[in-house]
Amino acid sequence: MIRLEHVTKTYPKAARPSLDDASVSIEKGDFVFFIGPSGSGKSTIIKLLLREIQPSKGRVIVADRDVTAMRSWRISSFRRQIGCVFQDFRLLPNRTAYENVAFALEVIGKSQGVARRVVPEVLELVGLGGKEHRYPHELSGGEQQRVAVARAFVNRPLILLADEPTGNLDPDTSIEIMRLLDRINRTGTTVVMVTHDSNIVNQMRRRVVEIESGKIVRDQPRGVYG
Amino acid sequence: MRAKYILSEVMVGLWRNVTMTTAMIITMAVSLSMLGASLVLYQQINTMKDYYFDKVQVSIFLKDDITPEQRNALESQLSSDPLVKQPVIHETKDQAYKKFQQMFKDAPDLVAATKPDALPESYRVQLKDPKQYNAVALEYGTKDGIEEIVDQSKLLSKVFGVLGAAQNLALVLAVFQGLAALLLVGNTIQVAAYSRRREVAVMKLVGASNWFIQAPFVLEAMFAGIIGALIASAAMIAGKIFLVDGSLSALASLLTPVPWSRIYLMIPIIVAIGALISGVTGWVTLRFYIKK
Repeated sequence: MIRLEHVTKTYPKAARPSLDDASVSIEKGDFVFFIGPSGSGKSTIIKLLLREIQPSKGRVIVADRDVTAMRSWRISSFRRQIGCVFQDFRLLPNRTAYENVAFALEVIGKSQGVARRVVPEVLELVGLGGKEHRYPHELSGGEQQRVAVARAFVNRPLILLADEPTGNLDPDTSIEIMRLLDRINRTGTTVVMVTHDSNIVNQMRRRVVEIESGKIVRDQPRGVYG
Repeated sequence: MRAKYILSEVMVGLWRNVTMTTAMIITMAVSLSMLGASLVLYQQINTMKDYYFDKVQVSIFLKDDITPEQRNALESQLSSDPLVKQPVIHETKDQAYKKFQQMFKDAPDLVAATKPDALPESYRVQLKDPKQYNAVALEYGTKDGIEEIVDQSKLLSKVFGVLGAAQNLALVLAVFQGLAALLLVGNTIQVAAYSRRREVAVMKLVGASNWFIQAPFVLEAMFAGIIGALIASAAMIAGKIFLVDGSLSALASLLTPVPWSRIYLMIPIIVAIGALISGVTGWVTLRFYIKK
């Protein structure tokens, strides 16, 4: 499903590469943690998978497509197969939970009829039934992140990328979000999560890929933070 | 649905930034009316040139003491000259005086003060090609019995010089105003893109197509361009009614008339130019502002 092949990424003016000859392969339905200290290159992986940036060397393959060779006009349709969750939620503050999720559908050309059918369903799935018409500022951090997860998942993507999704949440709320991501993973969605939250990693006991100074130093099937 | 979404975004965008929108429309309107005026003037100068240069004459004024032999020689040379349109008109002192009386009948004092033989005898010659004047002047200028050769097209050239300068001035104003208008368009689009940066970020994230992300901004710019062009069109129509047919109508005998068709033809042209250049500017601004 996802393959990094000898990927090196050096940002302009950077002394050393953010990723240095990293190779990793992720199968369909996997749940993978990328861990490592700040600045180790974890977030670079998310950006590469989304084709926000191009690697300096190597190939990135996502959903069986070589994104490094992808024409720029194909990027938008490619991204429809990928859901994304971030530490800062990235919700639209002037739209309700329902409208935030519906917006993601409308801007890729889905009708309002589809939105009316699908959005309540996915909000129910993430545990926000009854709070559809709250604005982000009326929701707790955990609830806001659930809206973000609902938005990422509403298209039933093949892959869900999560960049420190629990970074702004307290431990209990974090666990709830993790349960949600776990449930999404069980529907067959490949989940890639970047984190440095050792609690979470230790509890989940899923595959762990550790990065240090841009190099992959550990790849363990049922790992702990270590 | 998508069309509705895009249109409502355009309206919200224009309204949120209404002072900027107004500034954009005004500069666009001024620039496009200058451009329109200069284009009309350009066409006008061309028709006037066709009209007048077809009629210009070269006047060969004769000395009072010219001998009949000299006159006959001149006349026969003129009537066989390949540069000259036949027939050549001969104007005697008497005819010149009658014409003078006719032209200045509103100024009887002037007519009274002028003796019938004060005006020179002349040949009125039309050239096949008015640009050949110098050859004619060279050929006849040194002949005996000739006082002076006057080329009307020289006078006309001065008139056209003034008109041409007016046209250039309008064009320069159009260019500078146009530049200001485009900078305003660019700025407005940047402000609009900034105020919608969250939406744009989410749209890019969930895979909205580029044209869908950019369309509201480009349409916003085009809308301002079109409104500006419509105002410019109204200004040109007003200019035709109040200026050309109004305060300048005294010059109607000198200036060839400006037909309405010429004004109407300008409207779609400047609307298209206004929409196109502001749309393109908006789009180019976005390319820099929202990368990929």
